[in-house]
Amino acid sequence: MKFASEFRDPAAAKGLLAAIARKADEIGATRAKPVHIMEICGGHTHSIFRYGLDKLIHEGVEFIHGPGCPVCVLPMARVDECVEIAEQPGVIFTTFGDAMRVPGHRKSLMQAKADGADIRMVYSPLDALELARRNPDREVVFFGLGFETTTPSTALSIQQAAREGLGNFSVFCNHITVPEPIKALLDDPEMMLDGFVGPGHVSMVIGVHPYDFIAADYGKPLVVAGFEPTDLLQSVLMVLTQIAEGRAAVENQYGRVVPEHGNPVSLAAIADVYERRPSFEWRGLGEIDASGLRIRGKYAAFDAEEKFGIGYAAASRNVPEIPGCACGAVMTGKLKPTQCPQFGTGCTPEMPLGALMVSSEGACAAYWQYAGARVAAA
Amino acid sequence: MCLGIPGRITAIVDEDRLMAMAEVSGVRRAVNVACVAGNDLTALVGQWALIHVGFAMSLIDEDEATKTLEALRDLGEAQETLEQMARSEEALA
Repeated sequence: MKFASEFRDPAAAKGLLAAIARKADEIGATRAKPVHIMEICGGHTHSIFRYGLDKLIHEGVEFIHGPGCPVCVLPMARVDECVEIAEQPGVIFTTFGDAMRVPGHRKSLMQAKADGADIRMVYSPLDALELARRNPDREVVFFGLGFETTTPSTALSIQQAAREGLGNFSVFCNHITVPEPIKALLDDPEMMLDGFVGPGHVSMVIGVHPYDFIAADYGKPLVVAGFEPTDLLQSVLMVLTQIAEGRAAVENQYGRVVPEHGNPVSLAAIADVYERRPSFEWRGLGEIDASGLRIRGKYAAFDAEEKFGIGYAAASRNVPEIPGCACGAVMTGKLKPTQCPQFGTGCTPEMPLGALMVSSEGACAAYWQYAGARVAAA
Repeated sequence: MCLGIPGRITAIVDEDRLMAMAEVSGVRRAVNVACVAGNDLTALVGQWALIHVGFAMSLIDEDEATKTLEALRDLGEAQETLEQMARSEEALA
């Protein structure tokens, strides 16, 4: 029996699904008029598909997949800039493996590596630091990518480089933040979201209060959730319960990992090293105010933008997306991945056209991996 | 890259740099413990932590570590992280 074998605690999952169904009926949610709940984090998207929660759950509850996959929202112009840096003589360009296959305008980092650039996939910025120590005659650049979960690691690495005087280490900072794009989505008049499942590991760093505006100013519930399927179901139930009771609050289902005020050491390192850019471009969402970070002037020696003369503000924006790629519409929940004309034909995980097909946390890759059979059978 | 992986801290290897050794699914990996360090670094030895791109971000109990690891294995994320750690060793060479 699939259900029993897939879930470690099938009884708990069944109980939660039944409670969700009762609550959905209570608020009158139907297939024709569903409650729209956005899971912000790409890890949650992956988990929903892995366990088929979107199919097991009451038909009146629809998941909208949020912009919480940093590889997916990376603008193509930034990939181009990565390639430009990586192709400089003497540079060792280090990156998380996730970013290797993201298509650039000219080429991806994978293609640049094949063409001879010294690009190395690392697990941690600590490994980039170690490369800088071992290769004093080379310039080691780390591609700083990710939300608040990853931001402390590059901030602490830059602080360490400064302490050691590692002048041949720098970070190409593309860190982005979670709350600002949520505000942008809520300000979009076409967006019809009823509540949010908030990210777990991002919240472990920033705590739960940065989301307060979602409840206070927009009247939408948000529940910070863990990654196990029962965590997700419990969180959906908590969102529905708030809706049924006419409340909107920020609640924490993942209290065993997420402290109310986040991680103080991480937050201090972020504040010391980074400041907000006036705005930053998100693939599919456009420019969003204060949604990206840059390295503060006092750490300019470790800022690849400074070292290589790549200023975000000076760069040519509006690099066109690949024709036919509907990542933007999918990202904002306006199209399902399967409604993109390129899905599964011009765009597959082996030959991705758009970023959402690249990362395992991207909605299109998740659809392809787990729902491919369902789609084909439909 | 957005999900942390549970690991058990086995030793402090560099007090100045706040570096420890952790065991993640049988793989040994140097991790930074700045975010979870109290006054006494040795108190971390034997504890479980959620490790994110080489940084211990949160101390967790063994039960939570086990459950999280199972969930990550289900998602294929645990294997992917271990592969990334192995590949990183090669990148340093």
